[in-house]
Amino acid sequence: MASYKGHRINPDRFEKGQLKLYIFVVPLALITGLPIVFIFFHAFKPMEELFAFPPKFITVHPTLDNFSKLLKASRNAGIPLSKYVFNSILITIAVMAFSLAFTTMAAFSLSKLKYKGRNVLLKINEIAIMFVAVAVMIPRYLIVNKIGIIDSYWAQILPLIPLPVALFLVKQFVDQVPDSLIEAAYVDGAGDFTVYLKVILPLIKPAIATAAILVFQQVWTNLEASNYYINDDGLKSLAFYMNTLTSTSTTNTVAGQGIAAAASLILFLPNLILFCLLQKNVMNTMAHSGIK
Amino acid sequence: MQTENKKRGSKTGRKSLFNKNGYLFVAPYGLLFCIFILMPVIIAVGLSFTNFNTIEAPKFIGLLNYINLITADETFMQFVLPNTVKYALIVGVGGYVLAFLLAWALANMTKGPRTIFALILYSPSMTTGVAMSVLWKIMFTGDQTGYINSWLMNIGAIDEPIIWLSNAQYLLPIVIIIGLWSSMGVGFLAILAGILNIDESLYEAAAIDGVKNRFQEMIYVTIPSMKPQMLFAAVMQIVGAFQNGQISTLLAGNPTPGYAAQLIVNHIEDYGFIRYEMGYAAAVSVVLLLIVQIFSSVSKKLFTEKD
Repeated sequence: MASYKGHRINPDRFEKGQLKLYIFVVPLALITGLPIVFIFFHAFKPMEELFAFPPKFITVHPTLDNFSKLLKASRNAGIPLSKYVFNSILITIAVMAFSLAFTTMAAFSLSKLKYKGRNVLLKINEIAIMFVAVAVMIPRYLIVNKIGIIDSYWAQILPLIPLPVALFLVKQFVDQVPDSLIEAAYVDGAGDFTVYLKVILPLIKPAIATAAILVFQQVWTNLEASNYYINDDGLKSLAFYMNTLTSTSTTNTVAGQGIAAAASLILFLPNLILFCLLQKNVMNTMAHSGIK
Repeated sequence: MQTENKKRGSKTGRKSLFNKNGYLFVAPYGLLFCIFILMPVIIAVGLSFTNFNTIEAPKFIGLLNYINLITADETFMQFVLPNTVKYALIVGVGGYVLAFLLAWALANMTKGPRTIFALILYSPSMTTGVAMSVLWKIMFTGDQTGYINSWLMNIGAIDEPIIWLSNAQYLLPIVIIIGLWSSMGVGFLAILAGILNIDESLYEAAAIDGVKNRFQEMIYVTIPSMKPQMLFAAVMQIVGAFQNGQISTLLAGNPTPGYAAQLIVNHIEDYGFIRYEMGYAAAVSVVLLLIVQIFSSVSKKLFTEKD
């Protein structure tokens, strides 16, 4: 079979041979995509369509009713929706700012600066990628309690800042920055911090974007902090509030379902938008994601 | 400081040089890492040898928690462990194989469709399961107004609506399906990027060496050339699978009906935050961390480059 020339990965145009691939991928993509599409439809369903029997998948007369009911529901609960939104945005921005700053600094240090113990630190972080946060929610709670940040924004910010996967990916990317560039900056009289700020950061933007997405996903939908570290409802996050809407009482009523779907959509959309905006960077970073 | 740099010349590249600023740069991350990741693991291990109810000080009881876990905790041995193994094998290992096959198929497509499919397949993992629990509750509503029931009755597969989320028979399969649904995450993207970055001359060389079809290419060229990404993806898949275990209790409460979908993560929550037996819960946590570790070291054996 000398005629077989090998297939081209990443082909330029469609060929018949690719049809098999579509037969495999399309059904799975449909199954995967349908639930997401369903949430979109459901969130915009008017009352009579929510009650329709048999239930209809597609929304015929889209309406914003569910969203306005969501606003009202929170007003009746005593804490306005805007308070939860504010909390979540504040927490998310704070975690992302700290996390990205600390992660890139650590990545620069672990990749380009020479000192004793560096390889040990790297190894520890690599093992920590396997860290399953939910496994240690109890000791984490005890620590948060001990350092006295229960019932504060800090309890929702500090524990989420270190993300081993993000550091790992950013460090792998910093490895790609040629040493000669850094040398040149040092020769020009730059200090370590200037090199970090002026040489490293501009060159690792794709990795920063990827880390941003990963950190965002961790924070935005985080329930652990609100559930366990916060007693004051006024400090809890949007994800927490949305989850109370979706659990128990409200979903039993069909009207509650529409509100809950609207809530889910609000939680989901920022993730989707951020990923769409930054997806090129993610693929670029993932190319260097290997563990050797 | 700057003049000092000049004197020392090259700071990168040569091992013998020592830059103590390195510690400063790693310190903020390192400090938080120690407090919120390293310490919790150490405390979990420590607490697992104690009896601790959060009110009185922890009392050292040696290996009793572990012994009880294996010999006296019927729920754990009868439900939690088998459920977790089943879940981890299907969502962790099965999801990993699926992620690879999908990534491989996408890599063999043109750029436009590839980007769209990748986005669709990745999107469920963004929700981390939690935000979407409402979706599944609506879909699996237990009377004839539920979408799945209505659809199945429509095509004649069932006559009576099934109370999906309270039925021990269906709960675990549902949790597994949702787990698979949301498992095309970072690992999947890493594999896709890995496949796309393989040097094409390798495929040409392999064809000359007698590789005959796409399948052989996959086995002899693709996988061996991207072992590091395969390993990274494997680890992400395992961690993601266990992290997502919380979906069971979001759907059906804790404990799940008849412990049907009780996973090890839910067992920890049950003992830690419902019964306040923190020592015992810590022992279960340690077991969970060990399970993840075992899966990871198996992946390492499979994908570490031998050279």
